[in-house]
Amino acid sequence: MSRTSRSEFQGVLARREKRLAYLLLLPTFMLVLAIVLLPLVANFWISFKPVTLGDLRPPSLIIKEAARGTIAAPGDAFKIEYRFRNSSMKYPLAEASVRDTLPDGFTITALDPACDITSEAGARSIICTLGDLDAKARGKLVIEAVLRDPLKVSKDILKASKPETVFTAQNVMTSFDFTIENFEKVFSAAEFWNVLKTSIYYTVFGTAGALLFGLFAAQIMQKTFPGRSVIRGLLLFPYVAPVIAVAFSWVVLFDPFSGVVNAMLLQAGVAEGPINFFGQRKVNISVFGLTIEFPVALSMVILFEVWRYFPLSFLFILARMQSIPADIYEAAEMDGATPFQQFWFLSLPFIAGILSVLFLLRFIWTFNKFDDIFLLTGGNAGTRTLTVNVYEQAFAISNLGAGAAVAVVIFVFLLIFSIIFIRFSPKDAG
Amino acid sequence: MTGMFASALTGFVWVALWHLVLTMTAILTMGAALPLALGPAALAGLVAGVFAGFQRPASSRNRRIAGIALIACLLFGFSLGAPFDPAGLLAVWQRVLLLVLASAAGWLSIEKTVGPATAGYMARYAAEEFYLRLLWGLGLMMFVLIVAVPFYVMVMTSLKSQQSLLINPLDLSIDYSLGVTRLLRSYIELFTDYGFMTLLINSAVVSVATVIITLLFSVPGAYAVAKLRFPGRQWLSGSVLLIYLIPAIILVIPLYAVFSQLGMRNSLFALCIVYPATTIPVAVYMLRGYFAGLPSDLDDAGLMDGLSRLQIITRIAMPLSMPAIASVALYVFMIAWNEFLFAFMFLDDVKLFTLSRGIVSLNSSEVPRQHLMAGAVIATAPVLFLFLWFERFLVSGLTAGSVKG
Repeated sequence: MSRTSRSEFQGVLARREKRLAYLLLLPTFMLVLAIVLLPLVANFWISFKPVTLGDLRPPSLIIKEAARGTIAAPGDAFKIEYRFRNSSMKYPLAEASVRDTLPDGFTITALDPACDITSEAGARSIICTLGDLDAKARGKLVIEAVLRDPLKVSKDILKASKPETVFTAQNVMTSFDFTIENFEKVFSAAEFWNVLKTSIYYTVFGTAGALLFGLFAAQIMQKTFPGRSVIRGLLLFPYVAPVIAVAFSWVVLFDPFSGVVNAMLLQAGVAEGPINFFGQRKVNISVFGLTIEFPVALSMVILFEVWRYFPLSFLFILARMQSIPADIYEAAEMDGATPFQQFWFLSLPFIAGILSVLFLLRFIWTFNKFDDIFLLTGGNAGTRTLTVNVYEQAFAISNLGAGAAVAVVIFVFLLIFSIIFIRFSPKDAG
Repeated sequence: MTGMFASALTGFVWVALWHLVLTMTAILTMGAALPLALGPAALAGLVAGVFAGFQRPASSRNRRIAGIALIACLLFGFSLGAPFDPAGLLAVWQRVLLLVLASAAGWLSIEKTVGPATAGYMARYAAEEFYLRLLWGLGLMMFVLIVAVPFYVMVMTSLKSQQSLLINPLDLSIDYSLGVTRLLRSYIELFTDYGFMTLLINSAVVSVATVIITLLFSVPGAYAVAKLRFPGRQWLSGSVLLIYLIPAIILVIPLYAVFSQLGMRNSLFALCIVYPATTIPVAVYMLRGYFAGLPSDLDDAGLMDGLSRLQIITRIAMPLSMPAIASVALYVFMIAWNEFLFAFMFLDDVKLFTLSRGIVSLNSSEVPRQHLMAGAVIATAPVLFLFLWFERFLVSGLTAGSVKG
């Protein structure tokens, strides 16, 4: 085989390999594109639109047909009425018209000026042009008629043919109708800065707490002792169990009236009355004459976050610590390093990498956390974070646009965190 | 610092703590309203600690018995004959059991914590070791308690009746005299009146479908990233995890809007495409690492023998990476089973509810608390069972790819 043909052959192989790789990745790419990346873009789109939950049902033309008068004997005069209405409270309908087939057996004596009668292949139909209809517009079309053949016409027969409607409506999601009102509303709300502050408190303390507890647990579990593997499994429970189950367990545990914790505190004489742990915004604590406002519900929510996610940091830190070679500790021991010194100067530098990665990733995930707070307090009592605010704006107040605007704010923060994360993440971290 | 001080401190802390823990346990499991009085126990512990500091030749059997007996006597004496219930609410055997447990646990903890420390001056090394042992014991106790108590309360509350919960919230004892059907009444009612069978089936269907779809998509994708050369490979393996950092709450509004307009929001199908999209990136990431570790010679040998690349995936790569696939499958199952946000937003129809969605609707003032807790137990049990059964796989899965929550 000559040189050129071999390289050609390799070129063909490489091309084939490339094609296969793209083919194998295509389904994943499409799904992620459709469910993650496009919605991300769509979220920006929605945040600039005046769209509420109700707008998701597209505007339509509603027609009700009714026959008035008696329809029994030939010569009876009656009316056919079409009541129409634009279902949208906000958006107009363009070029609206109604079409209905009419039975034989009666003569039309007066026709609404908007309407025309056509006959096609023996079937008579009526077409009424309504033109452009404003939001909420409604009206009535009346046809007067005289009965000829009672066998062919009755109220039921008239009603049996459903009127067809034709119109073009703007779909608010796809229209080019933009506004910055959502952002104005979000930023000008007095609570926004409180929400932001709560979010940051929650994230900083939740992350730091989970990390410190994880570090402590890892130190404890590094020792070998009987029952260690059982306890290691137990310590992972909070993270593995469904959030819904553990959140409601906490709610029940700390219930002001039937909760174990409150009953225990009362019995021990620590508390004077039941404490509404998840419902009380703050309590005044005076220390040396200084009164501090202690945020009760927020602290509880942070505590829950720490409780639920310390197992994860514990797992990572333990895995890292077990990969530290034992002989360096022996060497340190020979040099007379005390246990705290060994921890400070040997273990800590070894796990610093994983600690910083954990901190940054957990920071982002805690910032993104929605379920926990939503289930524990519903975002009340001073625990509304940005994520809960998205839900609150979009679904509780039904203003999808404002919700999306808050989501954009979250995304911007996320971008900043990610940039910091990529900048400062140690390259050797395992 | 002297060893005597260390040992006294140890006794003081441990006996008081064990007394507290055992009293609380007795309150919760025996339903008696015991007072939380720590003074006598702390004092008894202090004395026992001093005793432990004096007695030097390290632990022998006799010394241990003497120590336990000492604590028992002191506890009994200092509390004027009623170490746990001055009001006399417990049966004699319960009182004896508590006393024995407190003394034994107290002494063993002291022994373990004091360890080889001597009564005299402790050097810095020995002092630090002592503090670490004390911290170790206290920490272990704290972690076990804070993790176990919420789960214990969850299970026990689900077995109580509304009245008994209101009368005494602290009484979480099981009343065996009620019989099985009345004990499990909440569970039976959930299955008969609240349609929990449907919820279980829905959750199982969605979770299993998510696992299957995720694997179908991510195994070929991960193989391509790990083994095939193509432009953009480096970039792809780096950016896969960035997708993972995008929170569901940002996606939920557009997805809600689009799915609503398409008329497919209120369906399990919607969940079955949204869940995999959120789990596939991490599955690719986890599997990629494992595939990359398989020797490429195997693939080449397969190619020489006339296998196609797809056959190499199914016949060589997949069988060899079963542990990784198992951990991905378990991890994805867990995520899908526990997922709350999308299920909560998307599903309106009670017949389509998943467990998470169904249990949220139990959280109202009209539904008794024990039903809510029984629902929580039903949702937790399968996941915990899977976790305990396959802990090895799951732990490696958790550490391999996820910092998610």
